[in-house]
Amino acid sequence: MRFKTRARTSIRMGGVVAAATLVAVATSSVSPAAASVPVVKISVASLIPGSTAAATAAFNAQIKLFEQENPGIVVTPSTYQWLGSTFAAKLAAGTLPTMFTVPFTDGRALGDNGQLADLTPYADALPYFNRFNPAVIAEGIDAKGKVIAIPEASYAQALSYNRQLFTEAGLNPNDPPTTWAQIESDAKQISDKTGTAGYAEMGANDNTAGWILTTLDYALGGRMESGIGSKAKATFDNPQAVQALDLLKTMRWTDNSMGSDFDWGWSDINQAFSAGQVGMFISGSDVYTNMVQSYNIKPSIYGLAPIPLANNKNAGVLGGGTLCAVSPSASPAQVAAAVKWIDFYYLQKYVNRNAAIAWAKTEAASKQPVGTPEVPIFNQTQENLYNSWIKPYINVPLKQMAPFTTAIFKDQIIPEPESATQAVYGDLDSVVEAVLTEQNANPSSLLSAANSVGQHSIQSGS
Amino acid sequence: MSTINPTKPNLELMEPVLPTRALPAGRGRARRTPLTWIRHGGLSTLLFLLPLLLIFGAFSWYPIVRLVLMAFQHTNLVQPATWVGFQNFSEVVHDPLFPIAVKNTAEFAGLALVFGYPVPLAVAVLISEVRKRRGLYSALAYLPVVVPPVVAVLLWKFFYDGGPSGVFNTMLHWVGIGPQPWIQSESQAMPSLVLESTWANAGGTVIIYLAALTGVNAELYEAAAVDGAGLWKKIANVTLPQMRTILLVTLILQLIGTAQVFLEPYLFTSGGPDNATITVLLLIYNYAFGNSLGPSYGEAAALSLMLVAFLAVFSLIYLRATRSWSTG
Repeated sequence: MRFKTRARTSIRMGGVVAAATLVAVATSSVSPAAASVPVVKISVASLIPGSTAAATAAFNAQIKLFEQENPGIVVTPSTYQWLGSTFAAKLAAGTLPTMFTVPFTDGRALGDNGQLADLTPYADALPYFNRFNPAVIAEGIDAKGKVIAIPEASYAQALSYNRQLFTEAGLNPNDPPTTWAQIESDAKQISDKTGTAGYAEMGANDNTAGWILTTLDYALGGRMESGIGSKAKATFDNPQAVQALDLLKTMRWTDNSMGSDFDWGWSDINQAFSAGQVGMFISGSDVYTNMVQSYNIKPSIYGLAPIPLANNKNAGVLGGGTLCAVSPSASPAQVAAAVKWIDFYYLQKYVNRNAAIAWAKTEAASKQPVGTPEVPIFNQTQENLYNSWIKPYINVPLKQMAPFTTAIFKDQIIPEPESATQAVYGDLDSVVEAVLTEQNANPSSLLSAANSVGQHSIQSGS
Repeated sequence: MSTINPTKPNLELMEPVLPTRALPAGRGRARRTPLTWIRHGGLSTLLFLLPLLLIFGAFSWYPIVRLVLMAFQHTNLVQPATWVGFQNFSEVVHDPLFPIAVKNTAEFAGLALVFGYPVPLAVAVLISEVRKRRGLYSALAYLPVVVPPVVAVLLWKFFYDGGPSGVFNTMLHWVGIGPQPWIQSESQAMPSLVLESTWANAGGTVIIYLAALTGVNAELYEAAAVDGAGLWKKIANVTLPQMRTILLVTLILQLIGTAQVFLEPYLFTSGGPDNATITVLLLIYNYAFGNSLGPSYGEAAALSLMLVAFLAVFSLIYLRATRSWSTG
């Protein structure tokens, strides 16, 4: 009878489906013979996506060294770049590696929100913990005094300039501009003589435009925020910010020395500079590393100079840095392993002579940059020791960076705005974009409008 | 024992003549019990439906329910959520970027309507008038649709380079027009996005229109020719009225689609320059993921619900208003 056959068929099919499911579940839950040593698996942030094969190989060599010294830990590299526009999505999706990096601007706030693992017991156990530069380690300690991130790099903003374009334009590459007026005239000369962008400014809508505008503001003696905590107020419409925007306006519309692209982000401006399309730009003092690792820059063209500071006691260099953090969902064993990795890869080279030499040797062997100028994360004594250890292996053109390295220690380094830093940068993005894309943009009114948005960002604490 | 009874339902007619189950006296059909359901193959039906139900449930209906709940909560997906009533909606409405996003979205939809809507129709009509190699032209028209959207945008970003050596600026130079900033200008950014979007999406609609055009009765064209109608009169008086239904459907689909534009503003300009291209969807994305510290999922969900409600109401009004046109 057909209907009985149909019933039989459906029961048979049900049986087959159930059996298949059971088999699938059974095989997936059968684990291989357990190893006698419990293995802790962590994933760690490696290099920026698109880094060269040599850089990736050097990183993997470091992982191998670490695993040899720590047989119970397996490390998987994961290409990673912190970007204001994608970090939150990755955090929410849980796709961040076990150990990842965040900038100084976000560390404490993320820790306060419970989005970073507590590293205090493991950090305190590090023998050199007391040798951290107090201002730097403070960036990794949340409001309750717990260590939620460990600093691994600190930088100051600087002016990167193309020595080859300087020469072609008839300027002296050993004599970079020391005032903003000189930057303006040098930019004009470079763009007139070589047709490239004499001065380029980040203008992407991903917080980088606001970041560089803040840098200019600080260099002229202004501040984007006053007060801290609940008393923080936005001060975007300070006269120095207007001055900075007026300068950009002149270079863009009167001198026409900024080229024809105004939406540079952090990576693409490095790329364009490495390709010889940009004469000068402002970014971190450590961008040379990225240019070598990702864009094959010709070392002879790179020059590093300090940002010209106004004759104003508040004028200073915006500082920043990177923190290593651990995912809050990591197990205690994974957190311990992650801190061991942080210690091995990021910090040992500063505190241990053999580690410093081993690191420098490995990097130099794969032609990765050793000796890029940085701001010390430990105290000055430790920093001097470190520099002496790696001296034989330094392969970055330090002489070309001398203008920066000699000046930076007397310049005042100022931390980034305290409250809702990334949001503040984001609110300033549109101001920069407007000035660079609309000839009749009015910097004062733009800053006033942005100020109320910024005040809202600060108050909502985001 | 039994014979085929012509008054019984057709289902039984399809079965071979076999002794039927005993029917309760006075009843035309057996009562439906779970057992009869299984016997009738209900179990296999359910099994076939199960993957569909599971997948839709997991990836469509459950997220929708979560979204509605999230619109009334404050959460960062790490710590427990708190209920905040209509606060998210209020914050969205008071956000200075909200009216800008709505205006930009309306601008994109409007430009796409004026420039992008007639293009597939014109191309389809042209292709249908061609005698030879119609298939080739259809394929060429569809080719941009095949290009992955992200690839298309990156390609056009390159074309839109603002320098004199940019691809489009070079072409403009040939006809004596100076270099344009394209996506680097507040006034030109949105039209540039509409241009790329039209190029990328027209092909699919062209194919639909081509199919619809073949359904137009050829005798009507002959009758029009007899009355002395030229090409344009034929299009206006025969083609368009005959394609009325499909045109109205593609119109509402386009309006709904362009109201949700995200890819072009996100990849070309990230909403810049100076918020000239921030749209409602991009604003939703920024609420959810734009802040590296504290995502406002509640606000993102609230704005999503507002958009859904608006589009639903709009569609209803549209369908009501055009009901007489499409069937009449």
